[in-house]
Amino acid sequence: MTSDCVIRIAGESGEGIVLAGEIVTLALSRAGFNIFTFRTYPAEVRGGPSLFQIRAGAGCLRSQGDSLDILVSLNDEARDGNLKDLKEGSVLLWDGTSDVQWDSPADKDILSFPIPITEIVSREVGVYRCKNMVAIGALCNVLHFDYSVLESVIQEKTSKKGRHLLEKNLLAYKLGFDYVETHKTKSLPCHLSPIGKSEKLSLSGNEALALGALMSGCRFYAAYPITPATDLMEWLALELPRIGGTVIQAEDEMSALGMVLGASFVGQKAFTATSGPGLSLMAELIGMACMAEIPSVIVDVQRGGPSTGMPTKTEQSDLNLALYGTHGDSPRIVLAPTNVEDCFYQIMNAFNLSEKYQVPVIVLSDQSLGHRKESVRRPVMADIKRGERLRPKGDESKDYRRYRLTPSGVSPMAIPGEDEGYYVAQGLEHDEYGAPCYDPENHLQMTTKRFCKLQDISDDIALFKRYGKRDARIGIIGWGSTEGAVREAFERLNTEGYPVEVFYPQVLNPLPDKEIRNFLENKKSVLVPEINYTGQFSMLLRGKYLKQVTPLTICGGVPFTVKEIYSKVRELCDT
Amino acid sequence: MKRHTPLDYKGRNKPVWCAGCGDYGVLAALFNAFSQKGIDTKDVAIVSGIGCSGRLPDFIKAYGFHGAHGRALPVAIGVKVANPSLHVFVVGGDGDGLSIGAGHFPHAARKNIDMTYILMDNSLFGMTKGQFSPTSPCKFESGSSPYGTLEEPMDPIALSLIYGSTFVARGYSGPSKIDALINIIREAMEHKGFSFIHALSPCITYNKVVTFQSLNAQVVDIDETHRIDDRNGALALALHEEKLSVGLFYKITKPTFNERLVVMNEKCGKRGLDIERLYAKFT
Repeated sequence: MTSDCVIRIAGESGEGIVLAGEIVTLALSRAGFNIFTFRTYPAEVRGGPSLFQIRAGAGCLRSQGDSLDILVSLNDEARDGNLKDLKEGSVLLWDGTSDVQWDSPADKDILSFPIPITEIVSREVGVYRCKNMVAIGALCNVLHFDYSVLESVIQEKTSKKGRHLLEKNLLAYKLGFDYVETHKTKSLPCHLSPIGKSEKLSLSGNEALALGALMSGCRFYAAYPITPATDLMEWLALELPRIGGTVIQAEDEMSALGMVLGASFVGQKAFTATSGPGLSLMAELIGMACMAEIPSVIVDVQRGGPSTGMPTKTEQSDLNLALYGTHGDSPRIVLAPTNVEDCFYQIMNAFNLSEKYQVPVIVLSDQSLGHRKESVRRPVMADIKRGERLRPKGDESKDYRRYRLTPSGVSPMAIPGEDEGYYVAQGLEHDEYGAPCYDPENHLQMTTKRFCKLQDISDDIALFKRYGKRDARIGIIGWGSTEGAVREAFERLNTEGYPVEVFYPQVLNPLPDKEIRNFLENKKSVLVPEINYTGQFSMLLRGKYLKQVTPLTICGGVPFTVKEIYSKVRELCDT
Repeated sequence: MKRHTPLDYKGRNKPVWCAGCGDYGVLAALFNAFSQKGIDTKDVAIVSGIGCSGRLPDFIKAYGFHGAHGRALPVAIGVKVANPSLHVFVVGGDGDGLSIGAGHFPHAARKNIDMTYILMDNSLFGMTKGQFSPTSPCKFESGSSPYGTLEEPMDPIALSLIYGSTFVARGYSGPSKIDALINIIREAMEHKGFSFIHALSPCITYNKVVTFQSLNAQVVDIDETHRIDDRNGALALALHEEKLSVGLFYKITKPTFNERLVVMNEKCGKRGLDIERLYAKFT
């Protein structure tokens, strides 16, 4: 058995690539493998190239894998377009018969294995859309994987579409499997035979955020459909009503955040999720939440921008919007989970910090993180610190001052329905009672109060990852979903004797200053990998810590490969 | 229940409106309606947007939410859905509700959220010192339309009917109709569903066209023969009136959003959070 195998299923959108990928992923996960997936597809429902990549292995996986062990292509364009990513000694399964003239590239040692997928579905299955199942069958055999494990997942995932189609799917699956069985001429190099039962969850970033929200006690969600955050809403729309919660599909993102603020005002934990364009629309109400001090959680599953941009591609270009978006001096917390498991914990932190400090919390995910599946340990609830909303006690509700100045800046918040707690959640600058007030001293005092709340957050929860040798002269500091590729590059560099230290803050506002300063202090070079054009985090670091850093930016709508990080660090080591 | 006089509902803050502003009439009508209903305002949430009328929550002893321009309705939806036991009011002007926030009106109405939306119409933007608004008459001269406006005004009553409000009424804050306004607000509070009140509330400072005087001459009570359960009739009345009819245009009973929500939640077997069941979906 190879320790780790990267499989890519490629075709055209509408050919069932995503379904095929999900089926194989779940089967591998059940067979005890850790998995890490990556998918990209066009924004349109039909047409355009689509791919689903699955990396499976017994060990810990932190990235989607730089190059492929197996490519399964459902048409010629997919075959030709993905050839460049095949590694030496890999297997190519493609739709064709042995009499089709096609020469695999001479520069690479690739085992080309044509499978007459289209012929099989048209002659023997009779249902064209079963192409993906033929491909899965062939793949199963090539991997030496257990026939029945995959078969049962196909049954589960496609039985809802009716008995007829299910039978056709299973037939197509079998025919694909059998074709490889009778036509393979030599032993195939990839082996992923099942290794046991896994207790881990096969979870996407969006699913982890939704699950974490429920476990945080959130029972109210309002949102507007937007790629790549929509599946989060669909999952919650199914699950929240079952536990007495509510999902409202709002007429736009302004309304969605408005509803969240309304629900939070009456004491419910509420959140919304969106992508860049939606966050832009929410900007004004984010300021309202800062000013009126209303706990609220906003998830941004970032995509390529600006404007409509690239809805189905990944990017980390909303950092500035999340940190600064809205007018005025407006304190908020910004969190960035680094992987799927971390999504679960950071959404919990988001709710807890938001309740505790009465501020909006923005959680920055991205398309690649939101849509990829990873094997995740079952979350441990005991690991989470609970933050509760400060409520008026005893005499406090007499002469109640909603925005009372306190040493921490946090004031007790009454909830409608409580006696004597009357106040107006106020978007105008206000005094301690919430009455509009434009005195210069008051504005300074209240602005200070609102910012003062953020001061002790970095002491409150250690929201950063730091690893590597402290005395390393090369550092990598980044944020969000790039951490996986960085970690793998770091491990490779470590084994090869290149000392590197890595720092990943999961809270981007307020940054853990003390630790970052300490990290930067002795570094000769600091690499800042980011999936955006301008190096938004690099600029923040330079401005805040007056330290020269080396941006490593990519802007192609896809995640970093390990090699991209590795090569750049080697370059820094050698200079 | 403790008896409340209208004055018991006065808030901590004194109104900031110009002396003689129509909004005082709406505020007084609210005090009186609350007092007649004897409601305890700890259970009242008044949500507003921005504008002169948006300042109203500050002047009532109740829970208030003075939010962002145009976003009062979504906030109020969040309030009502998250806590159905509250009496929820939305107040705001013609600019707030029909210009910057116009996109939310149809959706609040068709959801039939059980709350009362009072649109306080002065036919211009008062807070910014007199620009034309969506309800200004055509050719209306203002700071931003020195040569007169080029567009036709919107009809809030007709829109509200089309959007699916289950209670549609017009009131007027002029002294002659203040009792009628109190009655309408009381009826709206009693109505289960989205109740919309178009409250004519003139600006005495900047509007020299739509004034107490002009409105006094225009308002007329809705004829007693008008059937309130006939949407076509109500729409015809709104679209074809030569004068401004005051009173109840339309009222019908339909399940509210919250009621439908309860039914749906029951149907999907409402229960506690079962983590193991959720985990099983991912294994």
